[in-house]
Amino acid sequence: MSAEGFFRLADRLWEGLAPKEVLFCGLDGEASDFVRLNQGRIRQAGAVHSQSLDLTLIQGGRQVTGGCDLSGDPAADLALAKDLLGRLRERLPQVPEDPYLNHSETPSAGEHLPESSLPPPAEALAELVAAAEGLDLVGIWASGELYSGLASSLGHRHWHAGASFNLDWSCYLGGDKAVKAVYAGTHWDPAVLGARLDEVRQALNVMARPARSIPPGRYRAYLAPQALKELTDMLGWGGFDLKSHRTHQTPLLRLVRGERALSPALGLHEDHARGLLPRFTAEGFLTPDRVDLIVGGAYRDCLVDARSGKEYGVAVNAAGGSPESLAMDPGEIPRGEALARLGEGLAVGNLWYCNWSDPNDCRITGMTRFATFWVEGGEAVAPLSVMRFDDSLYHILGDRLEGLTRERELMLSADTYGGRSSDSCLLPGALVDGLTLTL
Amino acid sequence: MQQLADTARRFAALAPAADYWSIRLVAEESEHLEVRQGVAEPSALSLGRGAMVTLVRNGGVGYAATSDLSDAGLAAAARRAGDWAEAHARLGLFDARLYPRSGACLDYQGPVVEPWGGMGVADKLDLLQGACGALAIDDRIVDWSAWLGHWRVNQLLVTSDGGCIAQAWEYTEPGLMAVANEGSQTQRRHGGGADWSQQGGLERITACALREDARRVADEALALLAAPECPTGHMDLVLLPSQMVLQIHESIGHPLELDRILGDERNYAGTSFVTPEMFGTYRYGSELLDVTFDPGVPGELASAAADDAGTPATRAYLIRRGVLERPLGGALSQARAGLPGVANARASGWDRPPIDRMANINLEPGTESLAGLIARVERGVLMDTNRSWSIDDSRNKFQFGCELGRLIQNGELGGLVRNPGYRGISASFWRSLDGVGDAATREVRGVRNCGKGEPNQSVYVGHAAPPCLFRQVSVFGGGQ
Repeated sequence: MSAEGFFRLADRLWEGLAPKEVLFCGLDGEASDFVRLNQGRIRQAGAVHSQSLDLTLIQGGRQVTGGCDLSGDPAADLALAKDLLGRLRERLPQVPEDPYLNHSETPSAGEHLPESSLPPPAEALAELVAAAEGLDLVGIWASGELYSGLASSLGHRHWHAGASFNLDWSCYLGGDKAVKAVYAGTHWDPAVLGARLDEVRQALNVMARPARSIPPGRYRAYLAPQALKELTDMLGWGGFDLKSHRTHQTPLLRLVRGERALSPALGLHEDHARGLLPRFTAEGFLTPDRVDLIVGGAYRDCLVDARSGKEYGVAVNAAGGSPESLAMDPGEIPRGEALARLGEGLAVGNLWYCNWSDPNDCRITGMTRFATFWVEGGEAVAPLSVMRFDDSLYHILGDRLEGLTRERELMLSADTYGGRSSDSCLLPGALVDGLTLTL
Repeated sequence: MQQLADTARRFAALAPAADYWSIRLVAEESEHLEVRQGVAEPSALSLGRGAMVTLVRNGGVGYAATSDLSDAGLAAAARRAGDWAEAHARLGLFDARLYPRSGACLDYQGPVVEPWGGMGVADKLDLLQGACGALAIDDRIVDWSAWLGHWRVNQLLVTSDGGCIAQAWEYTEPGLMAVANEGSQTQRRHGGGADWSQQGGLERITACALREDARRVADEALALLAAPECPTGHMDLVLLPSQMVLQIHESIGHPLELDRILGDERNYAGTSFVTPEMFGTYRYGSELLDVTFDPGVPGELASAAADDAGTPATRAYLIRRGVLERPLGGALSQARAGLPGVANARASGWDRPPIDRMANINLEPGTESLAGLIARVERGVLMDTNRSWSIDDSRNKFQFGCELGRLIQNGELGGLVRNPGYRGISASFWRSLDGVGDAATREVRGVRNCGKGEPNQSVYVGHAAPPCLFRQVSVFGGGQ
């Protein structure tokens, strides 16, 4: 659906509103191609075209919300939207007034249409299959257009649309010995794909050496940005949202209470200005360029969505309570020197399946996965069999954090639950003087 | 369902030439009501509908999903599916003539005694207000909520071979949560059906004792604040069905998925320590371990007449007396692997293609009462309600955490312990199974957020299990 089509639909809905009714309309859509690969060949290929409308009907301090799939045909979609609106109108008198109802009263407008250059997906797939000749490549190609819109009967009108691709893959030698890689963006370049495949082939040379098994214990470790992302993703699970803080559920409770500390080198920020996500919330609020979450290792601000903002009397600064555009401050270690600084220990390329071991102590468990190597004399000498870690972030990003790399990596989410994600994060690598392996 | 049938007829009239096609139409309606700290959250209603078109042509197979159910929209979807079928024919992993064809005609209607619409929104909110209020028993309860969810799915699968499978599922899901805090210790407790989902209507509210369970939930959250940490060491472990669900799910269900064994999931969900040659001989667990794929348990989350590729679903043993018998693979995976399987090609919605999933994976009852299991423990811990799960990509090295633990000493149940967890290795853990509860102790539960697949899919899967006793497991508590 185009911006014009969405705003026309919304305008037609305003026509039927009662004098004191307020209506917010949100639209999310995608026209995506998804191709799964296994053994360097197409396992499953297809396309998904979807668009869904969300309505919030407000009157007299009450609100009800609802959503429906749209077809793309203007007349049919107007009928679907009117039917949904009618059902919401029937429900409105049955719900009590909502003390935490919170929406923008100030009309605003905006449009964000970043440029892109994508090949026909079938062409890109043919290039990939040819370039990966001889590799046991498994993964997914996802590409196409994503769009989001917001309109309200108060006058809000926003549109955010763009096309992108995300090739998320790994190459296997056998068993669970593999190297993972990603190529994602808005401008496809076969030369970049070729370079990434060359890097994978080089890493596979080390991976081909006999795997080393090490006993549980505490080891020095270098966490690549992709591995660090798994840990910051865990922090995003209740670590920063205002409601979790006010109800003492945040895993950073002991940091906030002053009982535990993070490294003074640690800075975390929600970087709304990165521009990959809409700058408007469903309630019509605009997000600031940046929210400082942790500065110098100390807690600074929470992410505040509209409902929590009203409940606790704090200004709205995010669409939800979890980071969507996280950035970590860089450090001083040149990335090329990270393994030399490590000396002996683990070079962890990826972590996997993290979960809270004890959230009261910010303790996380998870697995090493893909390219994780044993390092001696600053050189990766052998792949490591997968190991389970169980450790607190107050150690990993606290008293055992030796430093962060100067270079950071921008990672675009490959998540597709409920649609292609536009989340991203910008992270350095981390050198840690002790990661506890348990199994 | 009539509207879906009309749409399928329109598609059949305009379907392009193909060796085989199917259209899977899905109409969904869901609703969520919640009261948190005495305040009703915004009432949320959702209506979804769309079509998944699959086309097999010239040795290739492709799919296209669309929410545009007009003739033009369906025709466009068929063209896109055809384009991808052509690409698959050139670059595919397998010959699409392996793709399963279905001519089955079946119906499934999930059990509903009291329809969701039999109670108004205001009455449901009143009920939730009462349950929520009953959680607020102490100032140390810092967050509390009660909710009711409802999800109705109508699905029609029609194929060019004359297949026509109409299925309707309905879920009513009550739940409670209390969060207790004192100083820097926070404990959560769930109940009222929060982790006890089944198919059904409003009768699930009574079955889950939504209102009546509130006091227990709040009391236990408070008691956990003062409880000692779970001890660390190797000891016996009794898992209640609320944790057995995750243990079965992660370390039996996922490793047996045939698409993992075939390597399809290696980039995301992972592979499996199970290999094709293990079926028929491999000792997965002790003699007490019997595990079935059972689509016929009334009310279990994934009970159905057929899977989403049109294969009729029937009960089968996966593990019998501890020996591995067959994988969880749908018809396509069976053809690719040359192994037997079950009807488990499932999709999360109209916008995703079917892949190998768990459906209902159940651990069959044994002969002992819960008291009998506890009586055989000299030193151990009983654990209740999963709160944390983690396992490696081969589904071998796992670690789980639970909301509540109780010490067991000399065959007697003792006091609470907090932050209980345990870890182990699938390949050896099930061999330490030394006691299985009887039919009276079995509970029909499941998991509502099983994630897998590229593109990602989250589905409901059912797990029925009794409590079980495991010997000499590595157990631990919280803290640094």
